[in-house]
Amino acid sequence: MSKTKSKSLWDAKIVSHALLDCVRKLDPRMMMRNPVMFVVEVGSVITSVLLVRDAMRHVPGFGFDLQITLWLWFTVLFANFAEAMAEGRGKAQADTLRKAKSDTLANRLLPDGRTEVVPGSKLRSGDLVIVSAGEVIPGDGDIIEGIASVDESAITGESAPVIREAGGDRSAVTGGTRVLSDQIKVKISSNPGETFLDRMIALVEGAERQKTPNEIALNILLAGLTVVFLLAVVTLQPFAIYSKASQTIFVLVSLLVCLIPTTIGALLSAIGIAGMDRLVQHNVLAMSGRAVEAAGDVNTLLLDKTGTITLGNRQAAEFVAAPGVSNDQLADAAQLSSLPDETPEGRSIVILAKEQYGLRGRELGSPQAQFVPFSAHTRMSGVNFDGRVIRKGAVDAIQRYLSENSSYLPKEVQATVETIARAGGTPLVVAENGRALGVIHLKDIVKGGIKERFAQLRAMGIRTVMITGDNPLTAAAIAREAGVDDFLAQATPKDKMDLIKKEQAEGKLVAMTGDGTNDAPALAQSDVGVAMNTGTQAAKEAGNMVDLDSNPTKLLEIVEIGKQLLMTRGSLTTFSIANDVAKYFAIIPAMFAGTFPVLNALNIMHLATPQSAVLSAVIFNALVIIALIPLALRGVKYRPMNAEALLRRNLLLYGVGGVIVPFIGIKIIDVIIRVVGLA
Amino acid sequence: MTFNGWFQILLYFAVILLLTKPMGVFMAKVFNRERTWLDGVMRPLERLLYRLTKIDEEREMSWKEYAVSMLLFSAVSMLVLYLLQRAQQWLPLNPQKFSGVAPDLAFNTAASFTTNTNWQFYSGEQVMSYLTQMAGLAYHNFASAAVGMALAVAFIRGIARKEAKAIGNFWVDTTRAILWILVPLSIVSSIVLISQGVIQNNKPYTTVKLVEPQQVPRAGQDGKPVVGPDGKPVMDTVTEQTIANGPIASQEAIKELGTNGGGFLNANSAHPFENPTPFSNFFEMVLIFLIPAGFTYTLGRMTNSQAHGWAVFAAMAILFFAGVTTAYWAEARGNPLLTATDQRASTMQPGGNMEGKEVRFGIANSALFATITTDASCGAVNGFHDSYTPLGGMVPLANIMLGEIVFGGVGAGMYGMLIFVVLSVFIAGLMVGRTPEYLGKKIEAYDVKMAMLYVLIFPLAILVLSGISSLTSSGLAALGNSGPHGLTEILYAFTSGTGNNGSAFGGLGPNRWYNLSMGFTMLVGRFLMIIPMLAIAGNLAQKKSVPPSPGTFPVTTPLFTGLVVGVIIIMGALTFFPALSLGPILEHLLAGAGKTF
Repeated sequence: MSKTKSKSLWDAKIVSHALLDCVRKLDPRMMMRNPVMFVVEVGSVITSVLLVRDAMRHVPGFGFDLQITLWLWFTVLFANFAEAMAEGRGKAQADTLRKAKSDTLANRLLPDGRTEVVPGSKLRSGDLVIVSAGEVIPGDGDIIEGIASVDESAITGESAPVIREAGGDRSAVTGGTRVLSDQIKVKISSNPGETFLDRMIALVEGAERQKTPNEIALNILLAGLTVVFLLAVVTLQPFAIYSKASQTIFVLVSLLVCLIPTTIGALLSAIGIAGMDRLVQHNVLAMSGRAVEAAGDVNTLLLDKTGTITLGNRQAAEFVAAPGVSNDQLADAAQLSSLPDETPEGRSIVILAKEQYGLRGRELGSPQAQFVPFSAHTRMSGVNFDGRVIRKGAVDAIQRYLSENSSYLPKEVQATVETIARAGGTPLVVAENGRALGVIHLKDIVKGGIKERFAQLRAMGIRTVMITGDNPLTAAAIAREAGVDDFLAQATPKDKMDLIKKEQAEGKLVAMTGDGTNDAPALAQSDVGVAMNTGTQAAKEAGNMVDLDSNPTKLLEIVEIGKQLLMTRGSLTTFSIANDVAKYFAIIPAMFAGTFPVLNALNIMHLATPQSAVLSAVIFNALVIIALIPLALRGVKYRPMNAEALLRRNLLLYGVGGVIVPFIGIKIIDVIIRVVGLA
Repeated sequence: MTFNGWFQILLYFAVILLLTKPMGVFMAKVFNRERTWLDGVMRPLERLLYRLTKIDEEREMSWKEYAVSMLLFSAVSMLVLYLLQRAQQWLPLNPQKFSGVAPDLAFNTAASFTTNTNWQFYSGEQVMSYLTQMAGLAYHNFASAAVGMALAVAFIRGIARKEAKAIGNFWVDTTRAILWILVPLSIVSSIVLISQGVIQNNKPYTTVKLVEPQQVPRAGQDGKPVVGPDGKPVMDTVTEQTIANGPIASQEAIKELGTNGGGFLNANSAHPFENPTPFSNFFEMVLIFLIPAGFTYTLGRMTNSQAHGWAVFAAMAILFFAGVTTAYWAEARGNPLLTATDQRASTMQPGGNMEGKEVRFGIANSALFATITTDASCGAVNGFHDSYTPLGGMVPLANIMLGEIVFGGVGAGMYGMLIFVVLSVFIAGLMVGRTPEYLGKKIEAYDVKMAMLYVLIFPLAILVLSGISSLTSSGLAALGNSGPHGLTEILYAFTSGTGNNGSAFGGLGPNRWYNLSMGFTMLVGRFLMIIPMLAIAGNLAQKKSVPPSPGTFPVTTPLFTGLVVGVIIIMGALTFFPALSLGPILEHLLAGAGKTF
């Protein structure tokens, strides 16, 4: 939960928009998409027509019928309001994005090398553009020449500029971001209307929202239940006529609306929109709702070691001196050789020497000091200082260096090197003036708290697999320390792909993160592929989510959001159905107690009058929608635990709770109605 | 309620519990075509049948082929039974010289027996020849039961198989169900029943002289008493009685074993020739639950999750005890209006509401029988449900309304229950934060659609037809009672028909409307519901299976059992509560206030 751009739930602007929208959504063509609420709307129309007719004929009981009709309309409006609220939050986000899209001008490169100025919206895939410092990048693409620092805050909300350069995995740029320094040549990769920004706006706005598989299935269930209750209510009239206790249409429609699952029907689409919105707040863009659902279903997480499980860099953990060399001596040489070394590894050596051996960082002020940087040729780095020639590097590099100086690596040092390697560390040998001093133990540092996260995932039935380029020995050691279930060592892109296919063949869903172009096939193959925003365009195209923060650990949160989305739907469905029990006990005795006073035995809530009983049930049914909007938008509380425990908890809360709450709610409303004198 | 009564109920349950595993293992072996000790006799016979009918026993079918084969088989069987009834006067084995059965009744009966309903709008001993009883009705008792078992096995295969197109061969499953399970068990059971005094012969009816002549009112053409010129009913003196004979024992065994329920005699299992002793009563009740209970074990075995099988068994057991406790309590406490009568149980009388019950069975065994016969889709009766107290009579009605999934009909109970399991898993499964999975199979839109269709057809047929009957003159004309009791009679008839139970509440006479509408609803309740069920089986079979993990929905725990029970009760109650509140519930409350119907 790094940074959530959380808005207050009842933001005044969003609410006022939603109030307008909920009336606009009464259009039957829009209502039809939601079969449950459509039935309520049809019921409201029928009672409205009858109400007008009864008013003209001065039929008694007008006050009651009017109230019923009004509350039926409120039920529909509340449902629309819930949806509008969820959409409103996305729309606010989209407006911010649209500002970034304000039409930019592009310097398009012509075949003859000259440039022409065209509007950014005219650019097509394949066009080449030049973007200089201070200019806005006119469209999505890859840098093919140059390097630049880019301000991507318009999209990511992150103000620190990022480096983008041609070649490699950091070549992608996004339209709407601003170049801060240097000049780059960009090959545009998207056509007008299909840019990342366009897609992002459409996504957060919910314009392209299609129902997800689970949502479709749930909708079918709700429609089916609606038909069952329609049958139960419609056929109740013949039975009532047979019993000489026929009912008014107002009461029958009330019964129907109370029975059909309006609570979940009203909130279902809001839950889906809010789920996407929660992802956006985590700076993750899902290209489809389907991907969010799939995230909840994931069985296997493929996690890159570096950056996800371990901190990006190795750190010095220990100095092991060669025979006849003191640790102080080794630490001193190691620190000296690392002082000018700005890499995190180098810095960690300086810090370790300082902490363990009290060696202060010294200034290598003297002009004789000569730093030897790491080169691919020697594969060593070091320093020449005061006649001391210090080198450090991998064991084979130092060995070669020593033999060149007609020296050799002592057996003891060799043994130390092997021990460290076996434990998953990286041994770095230090030599001074042709003599091996000892070994620095560089270790991968596992991120704090990650082991506990993995344990939680395991409890939820999710397997974690660490992917690393390290040798199996190193990989196994880190895997053990991090507590992942499995690892894939010396992984090539093909290995990764094979692993995904193997898992999928077993019926499992796989999630992974990736950024490089060579990750693209695996990202496309996986069920949830989260591309890093810093990654290449190819990776972003292949995945079905993009993490704007480029934080691979985010995968864990994405899974949680997916699960939360499904749980919210299930919980509210259960709650909605469980509610019906109380409504029966309110309405059935009210319908027939007039003819058969003995049926008052079923009036276990002791509701005042038949009218107030029916009205209370209808009002409760409408108000519960409003009461549950926050829950629908925020999602039910997520706790990492196994399915059995989760099910028990949620069944108790929403199933048993769903039976009890309406008994209390309806009774309270009945008391209020009686006090106010509405019925 | 007495200690003795409860002891017998618990003893009965203990016997079922003991038989569940051996029966389940045996059925799994039969349908998996594994070796059994009956192979020596049955295998040659089976091969011969396939050779004669040119059936390739190795060829498996998709769900659609399976459904078409089943429909074809049932349609032909139904037509044969119809023709047999219509032509029985020209055919042999008709010592009583019964005439052909009327078209609407013949249709009703053909539909009834083909669908395993065995609703009877006739008195067997007065309408059906021995040939019709044996070759027509008893044949269907075997065939419809075998079809039900085949369908359940096909459904279980759908759950168990992975990425498969086929769910078995209908002809093989049906044949094996008959040869290995139904025929051997029926033979043994018939002999046991004969030992208790159930008759088995082809003789003409016996006429005996009454010890004491009786005065009875003369009945006219319309069945009503003939009234003389003095305004009093005309009385006839009767000196002799005709006692029905017939091949009863052979039909009695399959009647219970196949949860058919169609009695040879009108009085069904209340008649001493069908059910003479308390032991025969106990034995018949065991036969009713034998196969359905065994199927829970077969489910566990074929899906490699025995714990799931037992969890389903437990859900059924809970509903069974809920039913029998209510029925026994309601009947044992007697009729609240008979304040002057001693209704207490004692060594001299069973006590409670004995109207319509056999003295040799008493309250406990009558309430138990009524519960079992409607838990399963059997429909045999050893008492008159119409005469039960309102709440006692509501138990059989509610049992059928829940879908006869408390052990249920042979096969039909299993797949009916599994549909509810699928729905429960879907509704609650989302709450664990995953796409709901049932034994590794994801439950998706198509499955939910078909399951809802299955769930929908049932109340659709019952409520619409009951609604029509409660308003139309032809619906009301056949009614024996008025008020809420009359409504219960209508509801019960259509519930029993659609649920393919076949037990009659009573009090509802046959007429053309009921013959046709009941025949129609029985066909709907069987075949229209089977098709979506098979569609789910076919769809599940072709899915990948997700290996279980701590994150998957648990289907083996008490929590799951509780959930399924909850969903079944809530779904049933929500659908039928309004109708029930104007029927038995209202009648119960009115009876408490001193008003009867």
